[in-house]
Amino acid sequence: MPALLQVKDLKKYFKTNRGMLHAVDGINFSLEAGKTLGVVGESGCGKSTLGRTILHLLDPTDGQIFFEGNDITNPGKKELHKLREEMQIIFQDPYSSLDPRKSVSEAIMEPLKIQGVLSKEEMRAEVMDLMETVGLAARYENTFPHELDGGRRQRIGIARALSLKPKFIVCDEPVSALDVSIQAQVINLMLDLQEKRGLAYMFVTHDLSVVKYISDDIMVMYLGQMVEMAPADELFRDTRHPYTQALLSAIPIPDIHNQTKRILLHGELTSPINPDPGCRFVARCRYAAEGCPQMQTLEECSPRHFVACCRYKELEEIDITE
Amino acid sequence: MENEQMTAEKLLDIKDLAIEYHTDEAVIYAVNHVSLSINKGETVGLVGETGAGKTSIARCILGILPIPPAKVISGEISYYGKDLLKYSEREMRKIRGNKIAMIFQDPMTALNPIETVGFQIAETIKQHNKISPAEAYQRTCDMLELVGISAERFKDFPHQFSGGMKQRVVIAMALACNPELLLADEPTTALDVTIQAQVLEMMLSLKEKFQTSVVMITHDLGLVAGFCDKVAVVYAGEIVESGTVEDIYDRANHPYTLGLFASLPKLNATEKRLKPIKGLMPDPTNLPDGCRFYERCPDAKDECSKSSPQEVEIAPGHTVKCFFAGGK
Repeated sequence: MPALLQVKDLKKYFKTNRGMLHAVDGINFSLEAGKTLGVVGESGCGKSTLGRTILHLLDPTDGQIFFEGNDITNPGKKELHKLREEMQIIFQDPYSSLDPRKSVSEAIMEPLKIQGVLSKEEMRAEVMDLMETVGLAARYENTFPHELDGGRRQRIGIARALSLKPKFIVCDEPVSALDVSIQAQVINLMLDLQEKRGLAYMFVTHDLSVVKYISDDIMVMYLGQMVEMAPADELFRDTRHPYTQALLSAIPIPDIHNQTKRILLHGELTSPINPDPGCRFVARCRYAAEGCPQMQTLEECSPRHFVACCRYKELEEIDITE
Repeated sequence: MENEQMTAEKLLDIKDLAIEYHTDEAVIYAVNHVSLSINKGETVGLVGETGAGKTSIARCILGILPIPPAKVISGEISYYGKDLLKYSEREMRKIRGNKIAMIFQDPMTALNPIETVGFQIAETIKQHNKISPAEAYQRTCDMLELVGISAERFKDFPHQFSGGMKQRVVIAMALACNPELLLADEPTTALDVTIQAQVLEMMLSLKEKFQTSVVMITHDLGLVAGFCDKVAVVYAGEIVESGTVEDIYDRANHPYTLGLFASLPKLNATEKRLKPIKGLMPDPTNLPDGCRFYERCPDAKDECSKSSPQEVEIAPGHTVKCFFAGGK
């Protein structure tokens, strides 16, 4: 059986005055039904663009996307309409992603209306069903987003995404605007829904402790490229790429006895406009060596664990905590 | 260590502070009788959720609450034995930015977009010191270098800097007059983790160098663990638990604090579901009569809804606002 979603050498460039901005540059992965791929990286690394390109909210520059074995890289209008039922997105900011003039039930009903299959009564019943599924009390049916708190608003976003019974949902930082106690409620809801409906998630976030919790596999992106991908536990246990090491060491740990030593990166992201070929992390890397300016290739260092660093084998010998 | 704390000099002592916001529709009870003291050279973390009243406390210390709608109902903020709340605006201006400075949450909006960063830092220095323009220029360059920005960028505008750099500029500005107290309002929330690590490391070394006291406002318990000496947990405008970091991280006692820790995703966790705190923070326009946490509390008893618990000191310096403090 083919994977639910397969992405091959996907590229998305944006034209700017100063040249081509390589937002997504040659990403490969596949995702099976019911699984979660976490995508992490700093702001500007192209993780949101990747999600949006897969959903055709942006047109890919190059590469191929397969959904259930079918090539959906350049869908026709009708095909795209059908795809929207299968693939959905939950946006980051529950404050700006909802139409302030639509009530809760109108917002959730909108995708059903566009789909145009159900009658008015059926749609209403479906909306009430969805509200119950995401834990919104029926009395909120006619309230407007501004009357609700962030957690409830994000539940509306989730209900909208679920309304057409998709198989795959891109979750673009769905909990980063929420307080921790509410964040936990929403994450649990998403996990429950995945279990019940067999959803596949692509979970885009910069919060590494959340991503470890929710993901099966994690992809680490840096300036549009994948630098490392591994099963969630393995990525944290057996970190190979120097960037991933620095990223993981920078997570503040809520424990006063186990403070890890932070690996401080110097400088900031280099510009993604017309980047030099070769390792994009080289300017900030502690282990940068002569061979590094060359093109990095993705290698499978252990089953399902990919790393794009030409020195990863040598680096095993070096103690990363020093 | 204990002895050191006993003799430590109090820099700022907040007593019974209450702040309300009066709007046309309702009265918002933002800060409800908060007491907090900050010793010299100490870092205090003010932790809580959005709308808990953390920022109102900090703004009140600096005298930059928007009055009206804000209104200070009661309390005093004693600074060297004098009440800051009684200072005139003129007196306050001598303190603000000079003795007490603030780092704002969002570096993108805290800077003036039409002035160079150098001008903005020098402005603070000139305001509070009688020095020549040349000296002010020199000090500004020193400050920029101190936070890791080349002095050549004196004449650059804020939009020419990245987010992390802008936050460094804001920090340089706050530290320009070598303040005794630094109010840091979510200084790294808008930054990526790797940049956050850089900025924190820098703040730690500056704090040690200048012996500055810091009030760190944040919702990130991970950040507090690595940065603070004392912690105050704020909920619905009240401090529900306070103590040293060891008290809070090892011996947390208030059900809200315990709930906060439980709801965090842990890196070494094996369980399949998080443990959220049920419900939401009460509406600050309509606070419940009894304990503010009553509705969400897993250990609530009938008496909790009837009257408000008093603060109990369960160990020296470790206070908890709960009827069942200390026991379990």
